[in-house]
Amino acid sequence: MSGGPLFSFAISGERVEFVATGPWIAAHAEALELLVSDVTSKAPAARSAAVNLSGIEQLDTLGAWLLERVIRVCKERGQETVVVGLSPRFCSLFDTVHELNRDPPASHAKPNRLIAVLEGVGRATADLRVDLLAFLDMFGAISMAILRVLSRPRSFRLTSAVHHLYRVGWQAVPIIALITFLIGGIIAQQGIFHFRKFGADAYVVDMVGILVLREIGVLIVSIMVAGRSGSAYTAELGSMKMREEIDALRTMGFDPVEVLILPRVLALIIALPILAFLGSMAALYGGGLVAWLYGGMSPDIFLARLREAISVTHFEVGMIKAPFMALVIGIVACSEGLRVKGSAESLGLQTTTSVVKSIFLVIVLDGVFAIFFASIGM
Amino acid sequence: MDASAAPTAIQVRDLVVGFGQRTVLDHLSLDVHRGEILGLVGASGGGKSVLLRTIIGLIPKREGSIKIMGMELDQAMLQGTQAIGRRWGILFQQGALFSSLTARQNVQFPMRENLGISESLLDELATAKLEMVGLSRDDGDKFPSELSGGMTKRVALARALALDPEIVFLDEPTSGLDPISAGDFDALIRTLHQTLGLTVFMVTHDLDSLHTVCDRVAALADGKIVAVGPMTNLLASTHPWVKSYFHGDRARVRAPSAN
Repeated sequence: MSGGPLFSFAISGERVEFVATGPWIAAHAEALELLVSDVTSKAPAARSAAVNLSGIEQLDTLGAWLLERVIRVCKERGQETVVVGLSPRFCSLFDTVHELNRDPPASHAKPNRLIAVLEGVGRATADLRVDLLAFLDMFGAISMAILRVLSRPRSFRLTSAVHHLYRVGWQAVPIIALITFLIGGIIAQQGIFHFRKFGADAYVVDMVGILVLREIGVLIVSIMVAGRSGSAYTAELGSMKMREEIDALRTMGFDPVEVLILPRVLALIIALPILAFLGSMAALYGGGLVAWLYGGMSPDIFLARLREAISVTHFEVGMIKAPFMALVIGIVACSEGLRVKGSAESLGLQTTTSVVKSIFLVIVLDGVFAIFFASIGM
Repeated sequence: MDASAAPTAIQVRDLVVGFGQRTVLDHLSLDVHRGEILGLVGASGGGKSVLLRTIIGLIPKREGSIKIMGMELDQAMLQGTQAIGRRWGILFQQGALFSSLTARQNVQFPMRENLGISESLLDELATAKLEMVGLSRDDGDKFPSELSGGMTKRVALARALALDPEIVFLDEPTSGLDPISAGDFDALIRTLHQTLGLTVFMVTHDLDSLHTVCDRVAALADGKIVAVGPMTNLLASTHPWVKSYFHGDRARVRAPSAN
């Protein structure tokens, strides 16, 4: 086994001769690249150049390309270049490499950083419009599907809807109940702790009752559902899109919105109010428990104060919001799912986008409802 | 590394592979010579892919030995798969391109991990490899989801050749391609085999590939190699499965042009 590859030059009169010996293969890639750039930059200008390859023992594409690079550099310097001593067994490889990389690389001029930032802002703004259109498109498609189903009720996928209702509703009950129970307890504890300073700890019942029924119950449940079921919808539809299942459905004459999306969104619209109700009850229960154990308020008193503090209006405000939250989550999850492209990365990206976007929209919607209910005096 | 040290590129002896109760490969022996193109045929589900995946170390074997370039596979695996991974390239049936990388980045991936060369040389080499398999510089910027079936196979081949391996494994390289693309791909394999001095181990069902590209063909039936040799030997084989494979209805259509 001989040593590593060698590359050197010698000058004889008007001619510079490069000599390459040893194994010019990928195993020595790092050394070879240094050697070649070092020697070619040091070589002086001369009328003509010769590349002597008689000492090459092994040659692969990488080695051949590096030699070809030397030859091209010499030719660019205006030197007449000849190759001598190439072993016949490397001839075809050398000829092949000679033909490669002939097109000049497309000039990727580095853009100005400020312009790049501005471009990013511009593109993001333009994308907003696309996002909005995708949302409206999905909303329209679902509305059309509902109209079609209403005209032909038998075409509704009841089995599928029940299956999804089971998944997003029934199976979500334990975790939703647990989380809202804890949140209710925490609100009560914080309220008692701070209200006690000015002797107002009895008002903790008002705070827990109103906060939970109007806002926290439905909001926490919506965020949980967006993270739990919205992401699942996006991932399911996205992988169906990737495997061309949705195209297959379409070619068989089925509308993917009617078959896949409508049952999912309807299941969500039915499940979310139920979950929000259960969640609110769990939160009130948690609040009452903490008020009893931590604040020393007996359950009877808690219930009596609760009855005074809240009215059915508060409960209605919370419940009215729930189906709209569900609709937003469902539309975002499904439209993001259909925007998945071929790659695994895009599936992950759209799932993340779906969750982030639906949580954002749920909170915005909650704000809009707050303004609306305030202005109609509810 | 010395060519004379290992006249056979791949040596398989008494290989037994099975899953659960089922034995797929039963005391199979096969030699692949250096610098040849060997085609492997066999019934669907008959263990061709299992043999290929066992040779490249993806499926554990029960008995027998596999030597690659004179090196015992088990030992090579113990030393780390990277060392042996540099000496072979694998074209998976579906291409198995990394979907989050562009075609050029896919080709660059093994080079970037193994060679330690500069970014500009990486770009030049990747473009060179893509051009060698008949793609253009611009194709390099596409993502796998934007490539057609034939282009995917070409990019996968360029990636398999990225480190200038000695052996290339091809798993049904022409499946899913139209006859013209398949013919072009066969010619490409033949050219690259000649230019780069490759040893090619190819699983295929394509009778045209077998006739035009392969130096030798091995037939796998009942977990064993039942016939091996140049195409003419296989056509003359008396083994019932080999006979029905090469003299069935679909083979007969092309037989006149082959002879």
